[in-house]
Amino acid sequence: MLKVTDLHAAVDGKEILKGLSLDVPAGEVHAIMGPNGAGKSTLSYVLTGREGYEVTAGSASLDGEDLLALAPDERAARGVFLSFQYPLEIPGVPALTFIRTALNAQRRARGEDEIAAPAFLKLAREKAAALRIDFDMLKRSLNVGFSGGEKKRMEILQMAILSPRFLILDETDSGLDIDALRIVSDGVNALRAPERGMLVITHYQRLLDYIKPDRVHVLAGGRIVASGGPELARELEASGYERYEAAA
Amino acid sequence: MSLASAICDRDVGELPGKRDEDWRWTDLRGLIRALPEPSKPAEVATAGPFDGLGAEVRVVVNGGKAQPVVVAPGQSAVVALRFVSRGSGSHAAAAEVSVGADARLQLLESYESDGGSVSQASLTLTLAQGAVVERIVLAQDSADAVSVSQAEVTLSTTASFQQTILASGARRQRLETRVLHPGGGAEVRLDGVYLLADKRHSDQTTVVTHAGTDGVTAQLTKGVVRDHARGVFQGRIVVEEGADRTDARMGHHALILSDRAEVDAKPELEIYADDVACAHGNTVGALDEDALFYARQRGIPEAEARALLTEAFIGEVVDRIGHDGAREVVRAWVADRLRA
Repeated sequence: MLKVTDLHAAVDGKEILKGLSLDVPAGEVHAIMGPNGAGKSTLSYVLTGREGYEVTAGSASLDGEDLLALAPDERAARGVFLSFQYPLEIPGVPALTFIRTALNAQRRARGEDEIAAPAFLKLAREKAAALRIDFDMLKRSLNVGFSGGEKKRMEILQMAILSPRFLILDETDSGLDIDALRIVSDGVNALRAPERGMLVITHYQRLLDYIKPDRVHVLAGGRIVASGGPELARELEASGYERYEAAA
Repeated sequence: MSLASAICDRDVGELPGKRDEDWRWTDLRGLIRALPEPSKPAEVATAGPFDGLGAEVRVVVNGGKAQPVVVAPGQSAVVALRFVSRGSGSHAAAAEVSVGADARLQLLESYESDGGSVSQASLTLTLAQGAVVERIVLAQDSADAVSVSQAEVTLSTTASFQQTILASGARRQRLETRVLHPGGGAEVRLDGVYLLADKRHSDQTTVVTHAGTDGVTAQLTKGVVRDHARGVFQGRIVVEEGADRTDARMGHHALILSDRAEVDAKPELEIYADDVACAHGNTVGALDEDALFYARQRGIPEAEARALLTEAFIGEVVDRIGHDGAREVVRAWVADRLRA
């Protein structure tokens, strides 16, 4: 599924990722944990093609296809979805319009027919109900005036509707209270599937109590410095990142 | 000193220009060396932008006076007023609009030129007490035209005047609105949109004078300029001495989509009263790159994402139009220009 090999990336000429390698097979959920400034968000932006994140060496591919050669929207059409740490507000574009535009753009890019309005509304209603999102909220400008928790739920809703193949969750737990965390996690867990991979980026172990990872990686100093099973997350929670930062 | 008098007297010396503070960004004197010949009478066969909305239509072709628009007290009307310029002559047009007490008028006004004409339209609008007027102006001039529209609006207390101007520019284009605001519960909304490409120029100038207490003015203008285009916004709100409890808000926001495009903005609040709530906001910038990346990450290709975000930016103004049919005409007009 996702294969990252010796990835180096710089922002404003400063190297942030320094030889990161990672393999996430289909059907697995991998967690990336690490201290602030380790390069967690940089990894998510490099994988999704944000401008200003310059790859200087290494490769990243999804099912053998070079991701780095594709534009951000082409990567999305191939099924790469990033749940943003800070979802953007889009004034003047109702959430429903935004999501339908995205879904149809992806379908066009894959050579599929566009989804008809009634079918889309039915899908959106169903997914919104599962995430306990008031349907009327979807008629409002996307994320404008939404609380932190509502924005995160809106990310998961988009994920559920767009049905991507590979999910990257960047600090999805930040700003969530315990109830919202449960709803969001349920939404993510509902998307676990044998053909789908997930990368869960988080600073805290808390989220991983709800979204159980198959593997946990420690990112420090721009590289993966340790990997292990779910027990590694609990160990980090107890002992902190200090020893890995020293190693990096 | 106006374009109309210069046309009438055939004297370029009467053209407004750089030395007139109000005209420094729309310098007609520097531009026009000689006035073209007076326009000849012409017929108009083309459809107007607001055709099919059930409005009573008045057409003024190549200058002259429109049949006055009069709405009797308590009545309501929808009138399309077309100022059409054919060819490349010069001419002045005029129209009078008078709306009686508690009457309603939706005025769908358009400027349609097809050549290098030099023209001015002068309008006077008078609103009696309780009158409600919505004026929607679609200025779709030719790239070679010089087109000026000046409206003088006089409100009575408790009247409501709501305006949306949409402009795509011309060689020089100016849409000017002057409002005498008596307060006393009268309300004014003055909105504008300019969408400019190539070398087009458009100037939206407004002056609202609050002369009495308890007046409300809300103003929102948004522009998108690209290529070598130039947008001008001059908004002045004057709150005269004693016009207490005036509530006036002005916003002007522009997107510049190329290095060579330009926006000149001058928002002014002149306040001579003590107890007022006035505010203005003015921003000029590029499209939000973060929002653009967000949309692309969701799978929306760059060109479509830019169009979506730009339409949404302008949509805030379009959504405020009250006339349903006109709002949809305007929405399509905006989409055509932004997706071109």
